[in-house]
Amino acid sequence: MAAPKPPGFATLSLHAGARPDPVTGARATPIYFTTSFVFRDTDHAAALFNMERAGHVYSRISNPTNAVLEERVAALEDGVAALAVASGQAALHLGLSTIAGAGSHVVASRALYGGSHNLLAYTLPRFGIETTFVDPRDLDAWRAAIRPNTRCLFAETLGNPGLDVLDVPSVAAIAHEARLPLMVDSTFTTPYLMQPFTLGADLVFHSATKFLGGHGVAIGGVLVDGGRFDWEASGRFPELTEPYAGFHGMDFQEESTVAAFSLRARREGLRDFGACMSPATAFQILQGIETLPMRMERHVANTRRIVEYLVRHRAVASVSYPELESHPDHALAQRLLPRGCGAVFSFNLEGDRAAGRRFIESLSVFSHLANVGDARSLVIHPASTTHFRMDAAALRAAGIAEGTVRLSIGLEDPDDLIEDLARGLRAAEKG
Amino acid sequence: MELDVGGARAYAYTGGKAFDPALPCLVFLHGAQNDHSVWVLQSRYLAHHGFGVLAVDLPAHGRSAGAPLASVEAIADWVQRLLDAAGVRSATLVGHSMGSLVALDCAARHAPRVDRIVLIGTAFPMQVSQELLDATRDDEPRAQSMVNLWSHSGLAHYPSNPGPGFWLHGEGLRLMARQKPGVMHVDFAACNAYAAGLERAAEVRCPALFLLGDRDVMTPRRSGAELARAVRGARTVVIPGAGHALMGEKPDEVLDALRAFLRETAATASASARGE
Repeated sequence: MAAPKPPGFATLSLHAGARPDPVTGARATPIYFTTSFVFRDTDHAAALFNMERAGHVYSRISNPTNAVLEERVAALEDGVAALAVASGQAALHLGLSTIAGAGSHVVASRALYGGSHNLLAYTLPRFGIETTFVDPRDLDAWRAAIRPNTRCLFAETLGNPGLDVLDVPSVAAIAHEARLPLMVDSTFTTPYLMQPFTLGADLVFHSATKFLGGHGVAIGGVLVDGGRFDWEASGRFPELTEPYAGFHGMDFQEESTVAAFSLRARREGLRDFGACMSPATAFQILQGIETLPMRMERHVANTRRIVEYLVRHRAVASVSYPELESHPDHALAQRLLPRGCGAVFSFNLEGDRAAGRRFIESLSVFSHLANVGDARSLVIHPASTTHFRMDAAALRAAGIAEGTVRLSIGLEDPDDLIEDLARGLRAAEKG
Repeated sequence: MELDVGGARAYAYTGGKAFDPALPCLVFLHGAQNDHSVWVLQSRYLAHHGFGVLAVDLPAHGRSAGAPLASVEAIADWVQRLLDAAGVRSATLVGHSMGSLVALDCAARHAPRVDRIVLIGTAFPMQVSQELLDATRDDEPRAQSMVNLWSHSGLAHYPSNPGPGFWLHGEGLRLMARQKPGVMHVDFAACNAYAAGLERAAEVRCPALFLLGDRDVMTPRRSGAELARAVRGARTVVIPGAGHALMGEKPDEVLDALRAFLRETAATASASARGE
């Protein structure tokens, strides 16, 4: 028997987790629009409630459409399990709340999406979880910030908005030295551009609203368990390795050697916090994932054209994209992101805040809104929107200036995008 | 729970309930390069339905200490010592793949200790290709990838996995990667070297069930069925759509076949347990 070959990324994007409906023959994954699922008998019901059998009970905890999405993302990430939740923020919260509680501490990159920064800096401290923010490029700072009560290290694979490339292998090694997991937000890279588990990360989450969906019609998040971190050997996570009174004294690590985290996240986090995804949303995100590899290729190709155009334009002071030699993480990006550095990047206009306003208001193909990863090209001014809560010093620390403009490059004809940008840059220059 | 078997720590998952040696005992024996967790969707149910469950980690696997045992016979002897350590006179042995050969060998050579056997994803001979055997020695990640791909019948079930959110291919691969270096070659060499299958099968006198996947390419159904024919009175259940990892791919079908067999053979097993 010849050695088998693993299925490729495009095949998994279409088939992982889904086969034709066994009852109706429906080829596409149906939307199982139901809150609950009938039991075969009372014994079956009791067995489902006690996790003696696998299956669906109530769609807050699991649903067949969501389960297809979860399996598919787990497969694309080379993980063991995933949970579909209401948003990327819900995924971050579920990831942290499964392994951290009052008295816990997190070490996080300071180059984060504004909402993530807010959750860590202001909201979680109200619940007793503190965070130390570090420069993601400063490996010594990561190491120095770890405390006895630290529960995880957290960063974005490509920092928001300066595209700091996370040195996943090095930061993971620091985490593992301290018997801690590394969790990453992989929204900007998607599994097509980077599989963080293969580089050493332990937990991954996505705002599926962005590139996974790609259509800009559905809000959702997916939290993925890599199955590589040994919670038992770590000795720092009694939530996963000691009996849990909230679920019949279950020791999650005993139940599942490699997916204890996912079990607890579903049986506690989804059950109790309840930030579940609608099966309609799961269906919509699945539609996007089916074309993820083709879309990401086009996103990256278009982005390269736009970056090439902008770096030569006199109205542009600087462009921050890791494929440029001027980017501080250029060498790291070549090593970790050989397929490309995504389709979201920022540049600084020459001139003041008014120039930025004239630029944005002159665009007609780019849409001015607070999102990224849409099939349509998008533009935003971080200092007045996504990062408005940050004071000037925090903005500078995150690499944002008053004239910084963030673009999310879509799938349009690149010549049309360049023409649109040229119009905006002319307006910016006019003063 | 942890047991002392011959001076070495042995771990057994008891299905989420304290083990009671007075109950009819089920011992679950995992396959090569695996651990107890492959049985979670069968063992937990049965532990809550009248059985004392010991889903063991074989020596050097999972949480059990010691060196890996180099032959099926040696593992069968270890199972007998495990029963001693647990205070169990006799048990039903449920084995998967390598574990199925252990159950068969134990039932023949330690007959008074075995009430019934269930052989899941089994074959005889359990021949391992030279390419795979070499890979288990020289390149474990490659060997684990080969075994994992051969063990699953497809990319999805039902249409999604009945265990919501779990990606079985990923779980299988990570579970193998979690085992200690060097164990895989010992396990696969033991399967490959086991020569007494038909002889032992002819000696089995207890009730036997063979659970086979019709899409199993690791231990093809045809080979499993031939072994079943060598066991007097053995029953065979073929699970449609199942590959070699059938406890994960078809957990309810495996559990329901187990329950039916345990129910239908309860009287025989009780008599055997009483030494009649």
